[in-house]
Amino acid sequence: MKSRRFVLTFPPDATGEPITYNLIRKFDIMVNIVKADVSPGKIGHLVMEMTAPAKILKEGMEYMKQKNVECVPIDRTITYRKDLCIHCGACTAVCFSGALTMTLKTSELAFEPEKCVVCELCLTACPLKLFSIDLG
Amino acid sequence: MSKKRTIEEINEKIRSGKAVVLTAEQVSAMGRESSPAEVMSKVDVVTTGTFGPMCSSGMFINFGHTSPAMRMEKITLNNVPAYGGIAAVDAYLGATETALPHDQYGGAHVIEELIAGKDVLLQATGKGTDCYPRTEVKTYINKETVNEMIMFNPRNAYQNYNVAVNSTSKMKYTYMGTLLPDFGNANFSTSGELSPLLNDPEMRTIGIGTRIFFGGTTGYVAWHGTQFNTGKPVNSHGIPVGNSATLALIGDAARMITRFIRAAYFEKYGVSMFVGVGIPIPILDEDMARRVMVRNSQIETNIIDYGAPENGILGRIDYQSLFSGEITLNTRKIRTAPLSSVRVAREIAAILREEITAGRFLITEPVEHFRKTTGLNSLDIRI
Repeated sequence: MKSRRFVLTFPPDATGEPITYNLIRKFDIMVNIVKADVSPGKIGHLVMEMTAPAKILKEGMEYMKQKNVECVPIDRTITYRKDLCIHCGACTAVCFSGALTMTLKTSELAFEPEKCVVCELCLTACPLKLFSIDLG
Repeated sequence: MSKKRTIEEINEKIRSGKAVVLTAEQVSAMGRESSPAEVMSKVDVVTTGTFGPMCSSGMFINFGHTSPAMRMEKITLNNVPAYGGIAAVDAYLGATETALPHDQYGGAHVIEELIAGKDVLLQATGKGTDCYPRTEVKTYINKETVNEMIMFNPRNAYQNYNVAVNSTSKMKYTYMGTLLPDFGNANFSTSGELSPLLNDPEMRTIGIGTRIFFGGTTGYVAWHGTQFNTGKPVNSHGIPVGNSATLALIGDAARMITRFIRAAYFEKYGVSMFVGVGIPIPILDEDMARRVMVRNSQIETNIIDYGAPENGILGRIDYQSLFSGEITLNTRKIRTAPLSSVRVAREIAAILREEITAGRFLITEPVEHFRKTTGLNSLDIRI
């Protein structure tokens, strides 16, 4: 079983097709939607985690390609300048995935990259602008 | 009659290296097992600290005169406007002023760079007078070339502050940070039991002239701060609930360090500045001991809807809950996030403790105590 994160980009005319539903029903891919911004008549984005054997995952991606849905794996990671961090905690306010948290005892910022969904909200929430995207 | 000690007695102990100094966190922990009388007998001074974004901050600079001399009227520093409507080569650079259209860079960034010893581009124009014939100047300045860099912050060290939430369906960008829609988070900004004015809520020992830790060096309380309000309701532990007293602070910015003065930009709000402040509180009697023993669970504040301020106060919450990472508001669980760095506040309280213990920092008797107020004026639109 392989689990990877992807950014799906829907063309404006593809929103009628139940892509996610088909990935689950027809391909038996386990889908976990992390972030969705899809509305009819507009380009839509979906960030989701897909878990399936490599062969199935490949078939699923092939299906999306046929439907003009762009499917790009997330290889990006968030990094920050720990040396300059003042541990104010402003970034934890927007981190809904729980990757950035304050440690109660030390009052220091803790970052767990495996929980990060690369939503990028911390990039703007940090008052010192210490976060950046690492393109891997 | 209960025991008392004077500031002079405390200073005598500091000078002879015998003073017992604890941080506000240490004394709060001690307070779990000790009575105010015991704390009073064992501890002489308690040190506090805070390191939060404080917009009402800025710096007076005297650039020195050029030859021929000039009266600088329109002034920018790294393209950030500074106020030049005072004497010839004096200016006031406000922390939140920005270099339009680049509004993510502002006065606080210039202040931080000057403190760090960097060169900053000064550009100024003036109309030229008989006594000040020069009409423009463009040169680099730094903290070695100027005569004075005086940090003067009209409102710092807020005694307590609101918690910000957002009930609307849209993201709100505020000076309280980014507020996720539909109560996605609750942001707060004080250092709780470490915070200076929460350890002396009636300001019995803090007043005009109080010597403090300010941005990494020694500073002073110049006056009560703007929007100073002692009329807020207090809880059963004597703590004002919500925004109340404030301090106007003054100090030598040339001796400050960037560890304790940091520029900040809050998305779609603007520039602000993290300011490090620490105030020593002398334990003069049992009442003061009781005050400094205050714990996060006993300090409360109001929850305000920054998405819809007309909703007023949504609830009251204590700092132990806020620091825990989650609060409950009307049965709903909300993630909390601080904006003020407790990590650095703790460092400030520890430095101040070390300085006093080593005999390098003496306690001051306020030259004058602050007046009491009954509330704040709001601005009526009369046209």
